[in-house]
Amino acid sequence: MSAPLVELAGIAKGFGQGEARVQALTDIHLSVSGGEVVGLRGPSGSGKSTLLNVIACILEPDAGVMRLAGETVWEGGWRIKDLRALRRTRIGFIFQFHNLLPFLDATDNVALAMTLAGTPLAEARRRARALLDHLDVGRRAHAMPAKLSGGEAQRVAIARALANRPAIILADEPTAALDSERARVVMALLRQVAREQGVAVLVVTHDEKIFDRFDRMVSLRDGRIEADQRTCAPA
Amino acid sequence: MNLALRDIRHKLGRFLLTCAGLALLLGVALAMVGIYRGVVEEALALSRALRAELWVVEGGTRGPFAEASRIPGDTREAVARLAGVREAGSVTFQTVEARVAGTAAASAAGAFRDETGRERIGASLRLQLVGFELDRPGGPPATVAGRPPGGARREMVLDRSARLPVGAVVEIAGLRFTVVGLTARTVSSGGDPLAWIALRDAQEIQFRLNPPAARRAQAAGGAAPSQDTVNAVIARLDPAADAARLAEELRRWKHLAALTAAEQEEVLTRSVVERARRQLGLFTVVLLLVSGVIVALIVYMLTMDKLREIATLKLIGAPDRTIVALVMQQALLMGAASFALATALVLSGKDAFPRRVALGPEEVAGVGLVVFAICLLASLLGVRAALRIDPAKALGG
Repeated sequence: MSAPLVELAGIAKGFGQGEARVQALTDIHLSVSGGEVVGLRGPSGSGKSTLLNVIACILEPDAGVMRLAGETVWEGGWRIKDLRALRRTRIGFIFQFHNLLPFLDATDNVALAMTLAGTPLAEARRRARALLDHLDVGRRAHAMPAKLSGGEAQRVAIARALANRPAIILADEPTAALDSERARVVMALLRQVAREQGVAVLVVTHDEKIFDRFDRMVSLRDGRIEADQRTCAPA
Repeated sequence: MNLALRDIRHKLGRFLLTCAGLALLLGVALAMVGIYRGVVEEALALSRALRAELWVVEGGTRGPFAEASRIPGDTREAVARLAGVREAGSVTFQTVEARVAGTAAASAAGAFRDETGRERIGASLRLQLVGFELDRPGGPPATVAGRPPGGARREMVLDRSARLPVGAVVEIAGLRFTVVGLTARTVSSGGDPLAWIALRDAQEIQFRLNPPAARRAQAAGGAAPSQDTVNAVIARLDPAADAARLAEELRRWKHLAALTAAEQEEVLTRSVVERARRQLGLFTVVLLLVSGVIVALIVYMLTMDKLREIATLKLIGAPDRTIVALVMQQALLMGAASFALATALVLSGKDAFPRRVALGPEEVAGVGLVVFAICLLASLLGVRAALRIDPAKALGG
């Protein structure tokens, strides 16, 4: 494990005002290091999605300090002007339903993320194909998302998340739409890229069949961290 | 990587179907612009066909196209003697309901078909008759078929929009005329084909179609109205002559008024077809506004249809310009494709319209620019919606 890439200290977030105010997150302290795969679980309304949105810089916290990839991102206000550029270059996203753009083939879905970061299209496509090959879905490089199986689509989504060599990967229920076997394969891939590229991976999940696939499991309840336990994930 | 084009290609059928629907709407708007221009051009067609530089009409009137104008037949000689007038000619104008009587041979055989193959014997035909004097101003422009008028009585040069061939026989007020030549694009402000006949024939028809009251007065021993009246005298001027000065001079004559060619065109466009012109103009504006609203709704729906994709793009860090380009380019491409289809449809079908659809490069380019502006403005609704999409939607939150 390397230095922490996600560091949250005393993060709080509430919605609404007065009596209608709901405190979604309270005094969250969380640290995820490079190469680490951390699970985030909790019942509905526990604050998982809010926490993910805060780390994704699409929701502004009310208090605390947030450092991503060694940079202070929020401390009494946003410290970085271009949050989209931060997401583009430092954070990779994986979604429950892959969210691949339906009008681009697998290669271009991955290449798009690179071109948004300024990589020339030809170079982006070359690197996208190499990434797809690496994730064992290279033979489907020209398939449209609608023609991909759930497992293949999620691999392409992982390739897209890795496109700009991010420091952090945020995954929202990445295995919820997959059967057990494919879910295990996806988790193995996430572990592989975390190890190979030193990426901090934070996965929101309800999927009990993969609970043993994390280095740590953080449990949330009523907006607070209830437990932060190291698991016996396979190496 | 152009996302707009890729999205269109992905859903090409739906895009084309949308464009086809929009093309029909834009086609109607484009046709209205053409009809609007056509009405103006048709209104000016008669005046321009006669190539008159000065119109001498009944005093206190604005000429035969705006109201009744009747002046003595010898006015032409007085006008012709004016310094600066090169030549002058008497003309009459009259809208008549004619009857197709076939050709001399076909009439006897009882069968006659026009150039489109339709049986026309007995068919009624609305014409704007122009009575003129041979070799004087007022005659038809160059014929596109047959020959120019030879000066003989009972001959007619007719606009080809009447769809009658050279040699056809047309009956008006019991008089039979043989079509000896055809002209093109010479119609009245009402869209009726122009028919040139000898002045004497026209005066005879005017007499035959005289109101019954006048005939009753004549039968009761009243004086017979003079047949030698015309509706206007038109003059062509020496190159150095000043039309406005001559018109001013003529206005000082008793019982006469005069208009320059520009004034006559003003009367035709601002008075004779003013209501039709404004009605068409207003309808065109309404159609373009409706098109704008529909484009805006389509673009908005297309944008909402891509809600998750746009949220994903925002989440993975796509800048606003990428999202704006996606929405705007699609709106503009849709507008361009629809407009191209609309133009092709209207240009290929414009001859089927009963009134002239005058669409030149200027009109097409003008409407194209308006459509471009409409699409640009209409896409703002979609752009606004796209920019308000919360990237958290991509995370399902």
